[in-house]
Amino acid sequence: MKNDNIKNIIQNGAIWGFILLELAFFQIAGEYWSLSDRAFMDLDNMLLLLKQAAPIGIIAVGMTVVMINGNIDLSVGATYALAGIVMLDSMSWPFMDALGDWAIPLAWGFALLTGAILGLINGMIVWKTGVDAFIVTLGAMLGYRGLVFMYNGEQPTFHLNWTMVDIAEADVFGLETPALVFIAVALIVWLVMTRTIHGRNAYAIGDNREAAVNAGIRVGPHFVINFVLIGFLAALSAVAFYSASGSVNPNDGMLFELWAITAVVLGGTKLSGGKGSIIGTFGGVIAIQLLRKGLGHIGADTETVNLVIGSILIAVLFLDRQLNRKGAEELKV
Amino acid sequence: MAEASTSERGAARGTSSDTMKTVGAFLARQGILVAFILFMIAFTLWNPRFIDINNVFGVVRSSAILGVMALGVTFVVIGGNLDLSVGSMMSFSAIVVLDLHENPAFGPALAIPAMFAMTLCLGAINGFLIGYLRLNSLIVTLGMLSAIHGLTLTYSGGQNMDIANQSATWFDVFGRGDALGIPIPVLIFVGLAAFLGIVLAKTPFGRKVYAVGGNGTAATFSGIPRARVVFFTYMISAFCVATAGLIQASRTMGAQNTVGQGMELEVLAAVILGGASLLGGSGTIFKTVIGVLILGFIQNGLLLAGLEFYAQFVVTWIIIILAVWLDIATKRGRLWSPIA
Repeated sequence: MKNDNIKNIIQNGAIWGFILLELAFFQIAGEYWSLSDRAFMDLDNMLLLLKQAAPIGIIAVGMTVVMINGNIDLSVGATYALAGIVMLDSMSWPFMDALGDWAIPLAWGFALLTGAILGLINGMIVWKTGVDAFIVTLGAMLGYRGLVFMYNGEQPTFHLNWTMVDIAEADVFGLETPALVFIAVALIVWLVMTRTIHGRNAYAIGDNREAAVNAGIRVGPHFVINFVLIGFLAALSAVAFYSASGSVNPNDGMLFELWAITAVVLGGTKLSGGKGSIIGTFGGVIAIQLLRKGLGHIGADTETVNLVIGSILIAVLFLDRQLNRKGAEELKV
Repeated sequence: MAEASTSERGAARGTSSDTMKTVGAFLARQGILVAFILFMIAFTLWNPRFIDINNVFGVVRSSAILGVMALGVTFVVIGGNLDLSVGSMMSFSAIVVLDLHENPAFGPALAIPAMFAMTLCLGAINGFLIGYLRLNSLIVTLGMLSAIHGLTLTYSGGQNMDIANQSATWFDVFGRGDALGIPIPVLIFVGLAAFLGIVLAKTPFGRKVYAVGGNGTAATFSGIPRARVVFFTYMISAFCVATAGLIQASRTMGAQNTVGQGMELEVLAAVILGGASLLGGSGTIFKTVIGVLILGFIQNGLLLAGLEFYAQFVVTWIIIILAVWLDIATKRGRLWSPIA
């Protein structure tokens, strides 16, 4: 029992230890190799980091919930792009023009609705057909991306509204809107997962679906709620990002699903479901963004970022397996 | 009288439901083939150009790269694993073979075996981590996707690779050549499919792949070297990826660092469409070829029908889900899932 506690602390703390290690490494290495004379652990730099981490981070929070539930969502990148296009395109619709700046919240609403509907479609298919979420969302990744391209061809969709840009770039204590949205989302979803019946049931279903069914938990509706949530969050991520940039490329968001899954797994969530936490994911997102920024800071080619992150992901998986196998009396074959 | 008629009706219903069952079982087993044939007939009736020999060769030629990769992934999936690294591995092999081709010390004759060796090394890393260390294949190959992409970018310095003097090399034969009027990429695809089909269906190794994917524990207890079998499925996958990279590089005589990006999921879609189960233990090379051709002909048919290019993705989405749904619905004997 005591051993278990220590193991838990090591596992939950690992990602934060890793972040500290990164900070120390880049701080010290930066003294020697950095081209800029600014310190890496600069407050502005760290605040900027949160903003840059936000698009993937918001999606990763949703991915955590879906993965805790024992599913996965590969279609979030396409959902992100489609929601962004709907938001910017809707602002040039005739009746929206007449609304002036009141068109902004409406456009956000359209984008969020798009994301929620796409998530609802995934969730209903997973529930009603019983096809594995991996296959359903793999298909949806192609299908939703097809919709993105059908919407406006290969042309970028753009609409610049300065009021919207001002809102998106407003800051509180140096934290810009996307960073605030990311923190708020992580906080709310953390509360949902730890303090509500829905959260508890999501863990139970992911841990042991049979047992959850026997305990009278209705599995399907929880699946659907979580898919709607991740669709909504993918759209929210698009709202936070495109409000400032004002231009969506139809290829945007590709590989976002893979980055999000990487962050979630680094944060300690299990692919098999039932285990994981939003706080861990928050750490995973920060760790990846630190690595990107840090490698840039010490003058490493941006190309090496992929190499390092891929290697770290595999190393984490290996260490995690070694840690978990100890003491677990599993049949060794 | 009334009784007789009911019993007769009952008997009649019995036979008809038996026939239905046989037909249903056949459809379940060969459903994807039947769907493919119906699809071809419908499009041909609608536009005879669809079945024109040039059109067919055109479709198969453009499907060949995806198809060759799908052959290797079929082995991995039947063995109960996933390979998401094939797309970035294909970019890697295309970039490497083009770079070595331009290197005077290598030239085309040495560049090709050197590229195959390097790609097989990547396959060996996958195979070692998943086969021998028994790590989760989804995450490992996800990590490898990212790592290999970084490796490719580091190798090329982010530059596109091109063959400078295109008329002075025979390197274009793999992607652009013809033999007996048949495009070489098609010949490579068909030849490799036939060879790997025999390996999978007719050799002890092939049977071991099914055994490991179907029930790994039982396979281990039957004395099958599970780790080694999984290792070799990834080596086969890497070999197929290297071949696809060769065709791609030879066809365009130049490549971007991201040429294979996103292909891992299209490849997987073709394999699943062919009816291989993600749980492992089922699927065949023939079915995968059908899956690849369906994707290719849907794209072509919709284009001929005047639909825009990107509509094929939406159609593919619907077809994948319908195909898998139909498959598991026949297995469990009811249409809707039992999930509460």
